[in-house]
Amino acid sequence: MKSLRLLVLAFCAPLALLATSPARAQQSFIVLASTTSVDNSGLLGHILPIFTKKTGIAVRVIAQGTGQALATASHGDADLVLVHDPDAEAKFMADGDGLTRREIAWNDFILVGPKSDPAKVSGKKDILEALRAVWNAQVPFVSRGDKSGTDALEKRLWKADNLDPAQAGPWYKDIGGGMGAALNAAAAMDAYTLSDRGTWLSFNNRQNLVIVVQGDRRLLNYYDVIQLDPKKHPNIKRAQAKQLADWLASQEGQAAIAGYTVGGEKLFHPEADPKP
Amino acid sequence: MSDFGEAFALALDMLARLDANLLSIVYLSLWVSLSALAIATCLGLPAGTALAIYRFPGRGVLVLLVNAMLGLPPVVVGLAAYLLLSRAGPLGSFGLLFTPGAMVIVQTVLVLPIIAALVHRAMEETWARYGHEFQILGATRRKAIPQLLLIGRSPVLTALLAGFGRAISEVGAIIIVGGNIAGVTRTMTTTIVLETSKGNLALALALGIVLISISIAINGLAFALAARRYAS
Repeated sequence: MKSLRLLVLAFCAPLALLATSPARAQQSFIVLASTTSVDNSGLLGHILPIFTKKTGIAVRVIAQGTGQALATASHGDADLVLVHDPDAEAKFMADGDGLTRREIAWNDFILVGPKSDPAKVSGKKDILEALRAVWNAQVPFVSRGDKSGTDALEKRLWKADNLDPAQAGPWYKDIGGGMGAALNAAAAMDAYTLSDRGTWLSFNNRQNLVIVVQGDRRLLNYYDVIQLDPKKHPNIKRAQAKQLADWLASQEGQAAIAGYTVGGEKLFHPEADPKP
Repeated sequence: MSDFGEAFALALDMLARLDANLLSIVYLSLWVSLSALAIATCLGLPAGTALAIYRFPGRGVLVLLVNAMLGLPPVVVGLAAYLLLSRAGPLGSFGLLFTPGAMVIVQTVLVLPIIAALVHRAMEETWARYGHEFQILGATRRKAIPQLLLIGRSPVLTALLAGFGRAISEVGAIIIVGGNIAGVTRTMTTTIVLETSKGNLALALALGIVLISISIAINGLAFALAARRYAS
């Protein structure tokens, strides 16, 4: 019987682990639902510690596509939102989930593709013309297909030229993944894809991919911070969330955003920077 | 192939330096998976044994269900747990979403059927071989359980290791309910997903090598302990 007790003890000893939860000492924190582009690019890792140091409020970042981030917030599971899809944000506000919406940064989208450029789009200034060329050449194109901000823009661009990706041939690859997954896929199959500049600049598996089209005004990418409406979301940490939103829009927050560079290149422009 | 070489070099480097960041991630991974394993063991060991030695109506259906749940898709378990633990869900007030606790819960759900099913299979055989003798000796079924578990400890250990393997390698469920928050809910597997998405393929693979090394070490430890017990 003694050996049995030992056995049971040995099996259940790890339960003691439960008492030693790795969660850190109770520091005040808020949950920020944000997009992969601002997190994976390193921007949040650069600016949030400055905010935390100043206010003592830790920020737990959930990095998702814009569609998923807004869904997380509408379930009441985030205290603040930082996303980049104007249409989805407008709907979020109209649904009564958001209280205030402020633009805090911008950069731009780019079309990347293989160096060999089979669709001959390199250097084009008009993104619609470039996408039309990809369409006509029927060369591989990777679509996020995940209702992210980037995916929403891509769909809008095709629509603006009266093209329907649902009618495209097998060259149009809807991978249903994040920006990183889309870039990995495009790199692996020498395909074109639309990317935000921040993720592209910090992405390390480019292989043959290069930027082929950039600079079209329609490729501007606006990042908005949205405070949630306490009427609909009574459980959120409203005051601390407002503190972060205000700080992001403040001179100090804007300077922190402007101060983040990779390889000497600014990944995100503060709101006030003149747009092309 | 250069990625593989680079990954091995990176993995060795991380292990040699005992990188602080890596250690906290490894610690959280082990904490979550071992906690889930402990809870699932405490529930699955008696449940699996009971299914093997008692006869009651509906037993066959239960056995079928437990075995069917071996194929539970982690991402579905994660999604269901998310909806339950979400602020808008029925268990939202506990504030468990995006915490290690939520990750333990989903992994327990995934590990429990593995342990219950494998223990059931092992105990069924043991009971078929020794049950009669126990009954001749006048032991009740309940009294026979500890002895049966001792006799069948080898397949039971396999069940526990299989359960641990499921937990430590799992990513679909914990990334949904944990949120992959740096320093709070980021584990080995969620870090691998993240680094892959950043295009840091060699680093992601290196973390995979570290994860496999840890798995080998834990299995080795379990076998060594079992061997010692056999010897004594």
